[in-house]
Amino acid sequence: MNDELEERLDEAPESQPESLRLRDIPVREELQPRTVIAPDGQEIHIDPLQDYYCQAGPTVQTPAYTKIIEDLFNWARSESLWILGFGTGCGAIEMRPLMTPRFDAYRYGIQWRPTPRQANLLVISGYLSVKTLKRAIRSYEQMQNPKYVVGLGSCTINGGMYWDSYNTIKCLDQYMPVDLYITGCMPRPEALLQGFDDLKKLIRAGKAEGANRYAENFDWYKANQKRVIKNWNMPDYNW
Amino acid sequence: MNSMLERLAKEFRITDVVERRPGLTTIKVDKDLAETLIRELRDREGYTHLNFMTAIDRIEDGLFTLVYMLHNYADKSSLSVHVDIEREDAEMTSIHTLWAQAWTYQRELRELWGIRFPGSPRQDEDFCLEGWEDIPPMRREFDTVEFCERTFVSRDGRHSEDPRDHMHEVMFPNRGGDN
Amino acid sequence: MAQLPTHSSAWDMSPPEPVDLSSGKYVKLWQGPQHPGITGNMSLELTLCGDEIVECKTHVGYLHRGFEKFMERRTFIQNFTVVCRIAVPEPTFNEYLYSAAVEELAGIEVPERAQWLRALNLEMMRLASFVMWTGGMSGAFGLYTVPNWTLTYRDYLLDLFEELTGARIYHMYIVPGGVRNPLPDGWKERTLEILKGTEKLLYEVERVMFNNAVFKARSKGLGLITPDMIDPYGIVGPNARACGFARDLRKDEPYLVYDQLDFEVITGTASDAYERAWVRQQEMHQCIDLIRQMLERTPDSGPFQARMPNVLHWKIPPGETYLKAECTRGEYGYYLVTDGSEYLRRVHVRGPSYTHAIAVMERLAVGTNIADIAGLMVSLHTYPPEIER
Repeated sequence: MNDELEERLDEAPESQPESLRLRDIPVREELQPRTVIAPDGQEIHIDPLQDYYCQAGPTVQTPAYTKIIEDLFNWARSESLWILGFGTGCGAIEMRPLMTPRFDAYRYGIQWRPTPRQANLLVISGYLSVKTLKRAIRSYEQMQNPKYVVGLGSCTINGGMYWDSYNTIKCLDQYMPVDLYITGCMPRPEALLQGFDDLKKLIRAGKAEGANRYAENFDWYKANQKRVIKNWNMPDYNW
Repeated sequence: MNSMLERLAKEFRITDVVERRPGLTTIKVDKDLAETLIRELRDREGYTHLNFMTAIDRIEDGLFTLVYMLHNYADKSSLSVHVDIEREDAEMTSIHTLWAQAWTYQRELRELWGIRFPGSPRQDEDFCLEGWEDIPPMRREFDTVEFCERTFVSRDGRHSEDPRDHMHEVMFPNRGGDN
Repeated sequence: MAQLPTHSSAWDMSPPEPVDLSSGKYVKLWQGPQHPGITGNMSLELTLCGDEIVECKTHVGYLHRGFEKFMERRTFIQNFTVVCRIAVPEPTFNEYLYSAAVEELAGIEVPERAQWLRALNLEMMRLASFVMWTGGMSGAFGLYTVPNWTLTYRDYLLDLFEELTGARIYHMYIVPGGVRNPLPDGWKERTLEILKGTEKLLYEVERVMFNNAVFKARSKGLGLITPDMIDPYGIVGPNARACGFARDLRKDEPYLVYDQLDFEVITGTASDAYERAWVRQQEMHQCIDLIRQMLERTPDSGPFQARMPNVLHWKIPPGETYLKAECTRGEYGYYLVTDGSEYLRRVHVRGPSYTHAIAVMERLAVGTNIADIAGLMVSLHTYPPEIER
């Protein structure tokens, strides 16, 4: 972990300038806990912000007890990379040709899945605005272990051409553990396939430990995220 | 076009008529007569299409200039109506009753500049930004680079090696003099 | 000229009875940014009563990068590299409009060969974008064969772009002053071959998609835009042309070389999803025809770039302009204000999806079936990046 970045985090946040606040952010009406009466008279108590899998923080997944079994598992994981269908930015436009017969990612075992529970790879395709970052984090946390993150394009590395934009994040590594970066603006589909191939090699070597890094440095990641995302009406971990 | 403007000029106190190119003219009108003029242009003169509504920040004069771009499909001419409003506590009559799309533009202006349009639907909801706590970002006094350094952490950039500096500092550090 | 009412209930968007979330009658569904049924990154907050949508609120801002702010910090020549990313699936119109606006304010005259090449690039971009849209349209209704065909075919068009400009998606080919390079050798012949293949593809798509009973049943009557909605909502492009309004910027206010080309404005009778898809299908044929005309008539020799001042220290006299072009979705506009310094004062990008995806979508979604909402969104042909830039 970068010590210099840690130091910057420990500084007290500078006071916000005298600002024209648009308005205070209350919790939306449909996110409040309430009791609903069903048409048959039954009372149901709902609390939309209570997320049942958020009772405990993410845990570090230990490898299998023998190396050979772990290698087998890693081989299986690498040959079935299922990508979450979330085009977060520009890169979504170069991911579509991968689904077509010309570049055919399906022969490598790579599919696009609609829900986070069925996916184990999150491709952050380009820049992330703060609003999308919140949703991407939520989707990432809903994915099951083991999971990987690939940063596509130069915007994930250092902000890219939006380095002075007030609404995009500059360094994806601060908010999410990234296993692999694919450079370009936009990278070609062949570059994407090469990137997936490199990711497979990483997984087989046992080096794609992004999810475990996230679990170990959970506080640090959460602090970074909360620093940027001001409107945090998401379920919070409550162990 | 010119005859129409001459006709309306006296009644609405139109100033600064500039023809940018055949088919695009800029006019300027006072804040209190702007909405009436736009209504008149839409109802009687055929300017039924609102291209967009935006603002230019004239921080040196302490004003916002609201720009309404109207288009007449019949004689294919565009009219850009400029209205100056105060920068502090900026407020303007809403035109959401004239065009069904106008409330979106007014929402954006409210969020990114801080201009209020009383009566316009859903003014105080977030549009593009979420949880924004600073001043409206499109204002000229908002410094994006300073904001980025304050809020976001970025990677160290590349170091450029100027050959002259390299020679001064690393290769021949004890040698003074020029070049 | 029709008299527009001052306040029309035509755009009153409140649901017929107040929505009471604690009664068991309504369900609030969030069709959010992570959803395969959304074009780009936008959310729809839907309130359902059973299967039917009662209220729809759109949420944008997931792709907001603050273009208009940081473009004020870059010089004129630095800006042309960033503008193409404003509308991600169809970037060339941004390059053209920005360059043309800057040239108009600076008083630079673009040579004729460059104008032909620019028009050719724009028309090919329109074709590629329509081809991708066709895939999206049929995919939204479950016909997944057609996207596989059309996206593959679009790749061949992107290959042509790569040969011409060096990049598949973000060409940065149209620069202030002209274009970056002329046509490579043999490019014309390759393009003509690919156009023949595209016509075959369109024929197949017509048979598979437009003759499909399920597609017809689901899309006829979906999202009907009535003629009195066009001007209040500012609906442009094929959405308006399908209603019968023959408004096409290439004919009404010709730019580049469109006044020398021979084509008709395609209109429909009633703007529902099926008719809009049909108008776009015809426009694809029109694109192919226009590209063939342009390939025949583009001059083979001559300058393709005007003489430019020193672009590193380029000051443009104060002025303002608004330029429009007809992209696949309608009127795409760039409003540029300069104040005599090296930086532009204000740039505003008017994307057609600004009105289509927010006001029109919220209006048309009321009363639709939840299963058809994705089809409705795609039939309006909205690209969220250009809404919030």
